[in-house]
Amino acid sequence: MKRFLSALRRLLPQLAALGIILLLNAMISPGFFHVEMQNGRLYGSLIDVINRGAPVALLAIGMTLVIATKGIDLSVGAVMAITGAVAASLITQGYPLVATLGGTLAVGLFCGLWNGALVALLDIQPIIATLILMVAGRGIAQLITEGIILTFNDKPDLIFVGSGAFLGLPMPFIIWFVMAILMVTIVRRTALGLLIEAIGVNRRASTLSGVGSRSLLFAVYATSGLCAAIAGIIAAADIKGADANNAGLWLELDAILAVVIGGNSLLGGRFSIAGSLIGAMIMQSVNTGILLSGFPPEFNLIIKAVIILIILVVQSPTSQSLWTFLRRDRHPTAKQERAVR
Amino acid sequence: MANETPLLRAKGVSKSFFGVAALDDVDFTLRSGEVHALLGENGAGKSTLIKVITGAYRRDAGEVLLEGKPIFPRDVLDAQALGIGTVYQEVNLLPNLSVAENLYLGRQPKRFGMIDMRAMNRLSRELLKRYGLDIDVAAPLSSFSVAIQQIIAIARAVDISGKVLILDEPTASLDTHEVEMLFSVVRQLRAEGLGIIFISHFLDQVFSIADTITVLRNGRLIASRAVEGLERIDLVSMMLGRRLEEAEDTGNGVAADTGGETVIKVRHLGKRGVLAPFDLDVKRGEVVGIAGLLGSGRTETAQLLFGIERADGGTVEVEGQATNLASPQKAVHAGFGFCPEDRKTDGIIGDLSVRENIALALQARRGWAKPLSRREQDDLASQYIEALDIRTAGAEMPVKFLSGGNQQKVLLARWLATNPRFLILDEPTRGIDVGAHAEIIRLIRRLCADGMSLLVISSELEELVGYSARVLVLRDRRHVAELVGEEVSTTGILKAIAASGTTGAAA
Amino acid sequence: MTSSKYLPLITTIAVFVLAYLICIAQFPSMWSTRVIGNLLTDNAFLGITAVGMTFVILSGGIDLSVGSVIAFTGVFLAVLLQNTSIHPLFAFVLALMITTAFGAFMGAVIHYLEMPAFIVTLAGMFLARGVSFLLSTQSVPINHPFYATLQHLYFKMPGGGRLTLIGITMLVVFLVGSIVAQRTRFGANVYALGGNIQSAELMGVPVGRTTIGIYAVSGFLAGLSGIVFSLYTSAGYSLSASGVELDAIAAVVIGGTLLSGGSGFIAGTLIGIFIQGLIQTYIVFDGTLSSWWTKIVIGLLLFGFIALQRGILWMSEHGSVSFRKKAAA
Repeated sequence: MKRFLSALRRLLPQLAALGIILLLNAMISPGFFHVEMQNGRLYGSLIDVINRGAPVALLAIGMTLVIATKGIDLSVGAVMAITGAVAASLITQGYPLVATLGGTLAVGLFCGLWNGALVALLDIQPIIATLILMVAGRGIAQLITEGIILTFNDKPDLIFVGSGAFLGLPMPFIIWFVMAILMVTIVRRTALGLLIEAIGVNRRASTLSGVGSRSLLFAVYATSGLCAAIAGIIAAADIKGADANNAGLWLELDAILAVVIGGNSLLGGRFSIAGSLIGAMIMQSVNTGILLSGFPPEFNLIIKAVIILIILVVQSPTSQSLWTFLRRDRHPTAKQERAVR
Repeated sequence: MANETPLLRAKGVSKSFFGVAALDDVDFTLRSGEVHALLGENGAGKSTLIKVITGAYRRDAGEVLLEGKPIFPRDVLDAQALGIGTVYQEVNLLPNLSVAENLYLGRQPKRFGMIDMRAMNRLSRELLKRYGLDIDVAAPLSSFSVAIQQIIAIARAVDISGKVLILDEPTASLDTHEVEMLFSVVRQLRAEGLGIIFISHFLDQVFSIADTITVLRNGRLIASRAVEGLERIDLVSMMLGRRLEEAEDTGNGVAADTGGETVIKVRHLGKRGVLAPFDLDVKRGEVVGIAGLLGSGRTETAQLLFGIERADGGTVEVEGQATNLASPQKAVHAGFGFCPEDRKTDGIIGDLSVRENIALALQARRGWAKPLSRREQDDLASQYIEALDIRTAGAEMPVKFLSGGNQQKVLLARWLATNPRFLILDEPTRGIDVGAHAEIIRLIRRLCADGMSLLVISSELEELVGYSARVLVLRDRRHVAELVGEEVSTTGILKAIAASGTTGAAA
Repeated sequence: MTSSKYLPLITTIAVFVLAYLICIAQFPSMWSTRVIGNLLTDNAFLGITAVGMTFVILSGGIDLSVGSVIAFTGVFLAVLLQNTSIHPLFAFVLALMITTAFGAFMGAVIHYLEMPAFIVTLAGMFLARGVSFLLSTQSVPINHPFYATLQHLYFKMPGGGRLTLIGITMLVVFLVGSIVAQRTRFGANVYALGGNIQSAELMGVPVGRTTIGIYAVSGFLAGLSGIVFSLYTSAGYSLSASGVELDAIAAVVIGGTLLSGGSGFIAGTLIGIFIQGLIQTYIVFDGTLSSWWTKIVIGLLLFGFIALQRGILWMSEHGSVSFRKKAAA
């Protein structure tokens, strides 16, 4: 309980930001918090936020782990397009739902392992390594759909994944929420979280302490691929078809942004999946708010740019060292330590 | 000599960082046409003195005179313009640019507003010819050997500055032939009247090239004198701070030849270009010390034993079992532990807490699927914080905020938590305060009394003698002597180190 | 070893020549000035911005904003020409001033806040795209007579191909870019930054000024590319040119420039552009292949070149190890 509270305290700025944005939304559109039950299913703007935010939330889960290792995964949007295409193609070929989902997840996992191999084995910088799949991915997706938008209007079981409801809640929300709980449990109930943070802060020192850095890197990129696959399935199921051109377009950037808004440093180390998810929800709330307010949806981009600028200033080493300088009476800083040696 | 104005003079220079003196009232005099070696172990203040002279640091007190006039260089570029050029061990040129571009970056000859490549290449060829180099100046710098890159760096520095040349360990990665090539350039520059400051820890090289030496230790000037007539052993004792006539505290090392069983048996372990093959036996409850000057292969011995450098030959047996030490992970599984010398980059995980840093190696050995519970981690942390007296505001404090000595204790705790059978400590007491220093030495004794085997690398000879049952002495990347029993004394070690080497270079 | 500097460039040229030969073998009509003229015209805007991207990547950075800046420039020009009566040339100057200042600003943020170029230019990408949406969300046609004049300026090449104004503009930009990279102090400083920023600083390279300059050049060329794009499409549309930054990065890497900076040639980027254009032309000629093959082939080429550069690096490291071995003996 105590630890839960301290985690809550750490996420206070993000939660406060989310709260303020939700309140602003409510001011713009008075019925914002109104949630009602229709046909055994909840409706309302809030439900819309947690539903629409599903792809970015899922991508952010994997991206958080990748960024924690001081990496980045630019390919997740393209992997969404590939896996959406795979899912649509398998289901239209008559495969049962389970086989379709299994096959699609396997493809996502494989994409992640490809990135992991480039980063962990060939030691290629993550941004460069994942760029390859980012560029080629949409082409591969189109190869699978053979250049058309592959629709599956007659496959209710797969469509259910994207637009169905369970216990009154939309499926996409349930999926990302379950996935989040699963991933948080995996990384925090095992030692993975600690080891990932360790290699993100100081890979060399971690390796010298006996941490298997390479396999961990493989694992995080594979996880990111898996998350992208789930997001890809949801996105495809949502529109009842695979759109290789637009599925997941620019979502890698949104996912990175969600992670950064969630208080995670791009320089690796400490991470919070919950923070990233709040970040994803903040972005979706802004999105919904702009729609409700009647501003053109494109206004969103400017807000994103402003958010990045604020984060840049807060996270920049220059202002960090200023901050440490102001607090220097309390702790000797790393810099001072180095100077003494 | 006395009335001649020296080329460069530092008088009473002091510099401290947050209350710790790195340089304390140091005088230094460099004459034209002289090669002046600046000597001292790590942390002696050599690099601080150089940085004060080149303007990288601002001095707290004292003055620096160039040709009799006080100078206040704002930064390295300013010092360069004043006439003081520096060449570092890691060649500070740009490997992706051509030789000529490196020589003339920022001052390229121009023609009609464009860089005149032809003129630049011609000037470069002429410049390098003076140094006996006839090479393709249009080729990228990276296509030449380190020695040639060093000479190019020197050529640039001299061409820009032209009065004082500082060579900061320029020979660290050169072979005998290349060192000779470099030295002929240095001699030529000396003949041309430059003042050259030469930093190296290879004594043979110092004796072959330097006219004068200055020894620093712990930020203080120890001696400054002509090389002629200087005994090698005197120089070593000045650097390490021991006098021969001083305390002969011989081997009170624990468990010297108690007949304990051999835990670690190493045969012919080595790597070409890194360390000549060596044998090593460590018994249960024994401390083996490793002595030698910086760069003699001490750290490399540890790295080979811990799988950081992969050996290209030799075998290791741990308690009779042949063991593969291909990676640190494997070494940890074999029950090894290693506290590195460079705590910042190789040891601590700065942003993580004291607790997590202590738990890391044990956790890595157990594997990710078998996590230490938070309670176990807390217990581990509080146990070691108490046992080793780690001064921290709490187990949750990020380790980067701790002092050097406490960081070192955290690293020790990290390994002790794994209950290792063999622990390697590289300079465990470097850069930490006196109190923590004594505690760590007590800890080493206690650990070995408890039956752990240790390998300790240290340049504090008195310390080594204090706890080691045996001391291995290294020189020029080779194990050259093993001192046992009565031989384990500061004098014995000094003599073994100073025994004239056969090669003049880093192997 | 000298060849390691030129090896990627030579590989690029070899790939291009080989690919072109294969194309001609299959479709002899591809050997015509018409095809070459179209190749230049169709890829002019991409080529121009790729020159800017080459400078950025040579210095060890990246600029994700160029696609958005191209779209912004197009919309800005269209809206300006629609609502005011100023001459297009004056509008061009205004657009270039804005985009150059925008690039310089990003460079300043990268340098002074010490933040990764990736994230700074990502913000720039969102900002430029957002502002162009604010100007107009519709595709705004440009039907100024001066545009028509410019669009009809071309040289007729033997064989009937047209060397259009925008094609010429691209070639001129490549020429000037090459000269700046190879023959000016600014160019040398760009390479120096890409080699090692600390060494460069110690050797007296003005790091801040150069960084700002590099992103200003990229902003300027993205603006110029936007002008060319508006001439090419006769419209300004805020959704256009998305993903151009990726195509430009791909052209730079396929052109033999090291993505981590410090090594490469502007001329290589031109070949990189040609290779991309050639793949598209081939697909058009074939008629049955879909355009998505372009992306897959480019992805494969990217992988090939990144692996090649990794290999060269590995070999040079390996080489220095064997050198040290010799030293030990």
